[in-house]
Amino acid sequence: MVQFFNVLGIWIGALLTFAIFSFLYKDNPFYKTAEQIFVGLSAGYWFVYTIFFILIPNMYEPLSTNITSNWIKLIPAILGVMMLLRLIPNLEWVSRFPIALVIGTTSGVFFLRYLKSDVINQLTATIMNPFLGNTTVNTIGQILLIVGTFTGVVYFYFSKKHEGVFGATAKVGIYFLMISFGAAFGYTAMARISLLIGRLQFLFGDWLGIIEP
Amino acid sequence: MARKTIDRRWIFLLIFVGVALPLIFVIGLPLETTENVRMVYDLVEETPSGSTVLISFDFDPASRPELYPMALALVDHCFQKDIKMIFTALWPMGVQMAEDVIDVLQEKYPEKEYGKDYVNVGFKAGGIVTVQAMAKNFRTVYPTDMNGTPISEHPILRGVKNFDNLAFLFSLSAGSPGIKEWVQIGHDAYGRPTSGGVTGVSAPSILPYVNEQQQLTGLLAGLKSAAEYEYLLENPGLGTSGMDAQSMAHLIIIIFIIIANINYWRAKKAEKGGK
Repeated sequence: MVQFFNVLGIWIGALLTFAIFSFLYKDNPFYKTAEQIFVGLSAGYWFVYTIFFILIPNMYEPLSTNITSNWIKLIPAILGVMMLLRLIPNLEWVSRFPIALVIGTTSGVFFLRYLKSDVINQLTATIMNPFLGNTTVNTIGQILLIVGTFTGVVYFYFSKKHEGVFGATAKVGIYFLMISFGAAFGYTAMARISLLIGRLQFLFGDWLGIIEP
Repeated sequence: MARKTIDRRWIFLLIFVGVALPLIFVIGLPLETTENVRMVYDLVEETPSGSTVLISFDFDPASRPELYPMALALVDHCFQKDIKMIFTALWPMGVQMAEDVIDVLQEKYPEKEYGKDYVNVGFKAGGIVTVQAMAKNFRTVYPTDMNGTPISEHPILRGVKNFDNLAFLFSLSAGSPGIKEWVQIGHDAYGRPTSGGVTGVSAPSILPYVNEQQQLTGLLAGLKSAAEYEYLLENPGLGTSGMDAQSMAHLIIIIFIIIANINYWRAKKAEKGGK
C-alpha cells in the first residue's frame, strides 16, 4: 500500500510539473489548475500547521495542563484575539494595540542586532591593513574591498552635489555597485537553473528512472 | 532598421534541452573549489570528534534542489568525523528536510543512533527571538524533541545547555528567518563559529558576512557549492551530477546575451546611419 502511494505521489508530482511548465508555452487550463491546487494546498497546510504545531503546543497544552505556572501565556493569547478583532469593523481599533506592541518590540530587537551585525561589524571588517594579506591576490582583494566600500558609501551621500573629486569618487562607487548587481544577476540565473535541474532530476530519476535519483 | 527578435519560447526550449541532455549523458566538466567552500570544509574537518554541533534546516521544498545536496554532503561529513548533530528548523518544512537527509544517510551509516549521534528537536516559531532564547537556555525552547520525547532522555543532549556547548552553528537557509538570525545571535552576540549554506538568489546579500570578522566561517552558495563540497569529500552526489547541466545552461545564457548585444549594437548603428 505504501509503495502504491509512493508511485501515485510521483505521478501526481510529474503531471503537476508538466502543468506548471506548460505556462512557458502559453497560459492554459492545466497551468491554472496546478496553480490553484498549489495555492489551496499551501493555505490549508499553513492553517492546519498553525493550529497543531503553534497554537496547541505553545498555548493550549501549557494552559490546559498547568495554568498556574503558565498564566503568562494568556497575555499573547489575549493579544492574538485582539488582533483578530480587526475583522469586526466596530472593534477594529482594538487591534492597533497588539500591532503597536509587535512593531515596537520588533524594532527594538532588530535595531540592536542590525546595528551590530550589519553596521559595526561590517565597518570593522573594512578597517584593516590591506598589505598584510598572504598573497598578492589577497592584497588586491582587500584594497578593492576598502575602495568599494568607501566609494559605494560616498555615492549614497546626497547632501552634496556629485561633482569634482566627490563626483568622481561617487562614480567609482557606481561601478562597484554595477559589478555587484551583475554578480547578483549571475547568482539569480544560477539559482533558477538549479531549480530546473532539481525538477528534471525528479522527472528523469524518480519518475522515468533513466538516471539515478 | 527594426531589431530582430525571436520568440522567447525557443530560448526556453533550448535551455530545457541544454539542461536535460547533460543530466542523461554526463560530460564530467572539471570543477574548481573556492575559498568559501574550503572554509566550511575545514571548519568541519577541524572540529574534534565527539563534539556537538547544531544544524538548522531553514528551508522548504521550494529551495530543495539547491540546499538538499548541501545538507546531504554536510551531514555525511559530520557522520564521517563522528560529530554529533542537533537538527532544528526555523521553517516548519525544514523538519521534514532533515528527516529526508537522515533517511538517505542511514543506509550508509547504520551504526549511527538517533538520540546518541543525532537528534531532531523540530521546528520552533519566532525566528530571531527563538534563536536568542536558545542561545541562553536550550532546554526552555526545546523541552522535547520532535517526537515529544523529553530531551533529557537523549544522551546527545546531556550537557548541552546553551550555545557555549556547541562547536559550531550551521544554517541551511532559503531566506528569513535563517542564516542572518544565526549570524546576529550565534556569532555576533555569543561568539560561536557560525557557517551556512544559502540559495544562489540570497548569496550576494549574505556573502559580506564572510569577512575579516568571520561573522560567517565560509559559505556554501547555490548548487555549485554543494558540488564543490562533494568534490572535497570525494563523494560525488546530487550537486556534482547537476553541474554539467548548470554549466551548459550558463553557456546558452551567455551566448544569447552576446547575440542580443550584437543585435542591439547593429540596430543602433543602422539607426545612426539612417539619420
